[in-house]
Amino acid sequence: MSQEWLTTVVYLAWLVGAACFVLGLHQMNSPATARNGNRLSAVGMAIAVVATLFGLVTGPGGLSGIAWAIILVGLAIGGGAGWYTARTVKMTAMPQLVSIFNAVGGGAAALVAIDDFIRLSSEGASLSTTIFVVLGAVIGSVTFSGSLIAGGKLQGLIPGKPIYAPGGQLTTIAVAAIAAIGTIVLILGAGGALELTSSTTLIVLGLVVATGLIFGITMVLPIGGADMPVVISLLNSFTGTAAAMAGFVIQNPVLIISGALVGASGGILTKLMADAMNRSVLNIIAGGFGGGEGTVAAMTGVGGSVRAVSADDAAIQMAYAQNVIIVPGYGLAVAQAQHQVRELAELLESRGVEVKYAIHPVAGRMPGHMNVLLAEANVPYPQLKEMEEINPEFDRADVALVVGANDVTNPAARRPGNAISGMPILNVDHAKSIIVIKRSMGRGYAGMDNELYTDPKTGMLFADAKEGLAALAVAVKAL
Amino acid sequence: MSPDLLTSLAIFVLAILVGFEVISKVPATLHTPLMSGANSIHGIVLVGAMFIASQADNPVSYLLAFIATTFGAMNVVGGYVVTDRMLQMFRKKPTAPKAASGSGGASGASGA
Repeated sequence: MSQEWLTTVVYLAWLVGAACFVLGLHQMNSPATARNGNRLSAVGMAIAVVATLFGLVTGPGGLSGIAWAIILVGLAIGGGAGWYTARTVKMTAMPQLVSIFNAVGGGAAALVAIDDFIRLSSEGASLSTTIFVVLGAVIGSVTFSGSLIAGGKLQGLIPGKPIYAPGGQLTTIAVAAIAAIGTIVLILGAGGALELTSSTTLIVLGLVVATGLIFGITMVLPIGGADMPVVISLLNSFTGTAAAMAGFVIQNPVLIISGALVGASGGILTKLMADAMNRSVLNIIAGGFGGGEGTVAAMTGVGGSVRAVSADDAAIQMAYAQNVIIVPGYGLAVAQAQHQVRELAELLESRGVEVKYAIHPVAGRMPGHMNVLLAEANVPYPQLKEMEEINPEFDRADVALVVGANDVTNPAARRPGNAISGMPILNVDHAKSIIVIKRSMGRGYAGMDNELYTDPKTGMLFADAKEGLAALAVAVKAL
Repeated sequence: MSPDLLTSLAIFVLAILVGFEVISKVPATLHTPLMSGANSIHGIVLVGAMFIASQADNPVSYLLAFIATTFGAMNVVGGYVVTDRMLQMFRKKPTAPKAASGSGGASGASGA
């Protein structure tokens, strides 16, 4: 085959790969086809990688021995590490693993851009190429360090509470300004407006990459652990954009298409999650009220008294109910109590109680994470109900069991004038009786008292989610 | 700008729009697998890493290309495997035994 034919074949294979990504994502619309969708996307990836290898081997100059070694050893080590960690990670630790994978993806994009820049700076790159290269390097660096910090926070290696760099937001802004100035200098240099020697440009690039890395750290550190899902989603979108930038540099359609797809999806997810928490993305990134104390708490006084309930009493209520709705939240995910909740639900079902789960869109540590955790504990998928679907059913529910969920159950959200006004909530207060498993009367993420807890219908079972559920199960068994 | 670049820009913009269309229809329950699935797709940067590996001709480039390839491969393989593990769990349990025990229990409860 002539060279033109070979190039055409490789290019078409890339397009097939890109089409697989789009169709695969589309199939992830529904639980029934989602797994196939992911596999289709993986097939597309395999096609794109093999086509690239084929193109490199048959291309002008072929592939040198060293290049072969780099690619094969890199694939083996990276692929092996990815395979092993993905197979062995516990499902509760899965959000941080996704964050790590996002970090290495961003790192790879940054390294590709840096290497391109070094090569181009000696040859003299065009203005547009330089723009994409520098953007790829900056965005990739930010995602690399930012995702590592986000993963560290979720893993508990770094405290989840907001941490402020010396100088606070000013430091972050200053770092961002230096990165921006460096980027502009490089672009002006490529455009001929500035005379830069090739060693100067490399130093400036080093500075830009370093400030990008620092910016990733100072951006994520002040954000509270509960907001990490939004941050990971945002960084995921960044990585996609960085990959697309790399695609512009090497004129590769599959990189551009996939990068843009991921950039769009990460953007949508980020916005959906922020909406569900009644916050703007900017608000979260700026450290919003996650770190503020006392400012919003004064809105509601602790009116009414709290009624504590014992595990035995709670068990009797549930065991003799017609239907029970379980509301799992962040506390359940943290306590890793998904197996205990399923055990309790099965005990109740064996007594003829109808059990459903009400899943708030942001329950858990990532959107949809609660579904994954409960699915892992073998909770049948049809029992998991989304907010819009379950909310009317609370009116008919005999008992609502709230496990480690707080702000998403606070009726105060229906009134204007407080920190969570307008946030979509689960209508837990409509149930005939409410049991809340909670460690203390501590406030939720928004820093507000939950009016649900002082509702006369509510009984508080003060316990860790895991212990509380286990105690309930024992009590139900004993009935 | 060169015609090639303009074509690339057109592809970029259209792909963003396709991404919005395809993804905005996903139910919230699948958002975590979706995030993970999208996360594996940006592992496509592995292709870029292979490109720089093929052009590398000095120790610095060798090193950069090697790390980039390793990172990219980890992103791709790990991303798809962990997404598959998540989605594997969204299976429906056989409902027959549950329904049986449910009706039996209900009659018992009404009797009580």
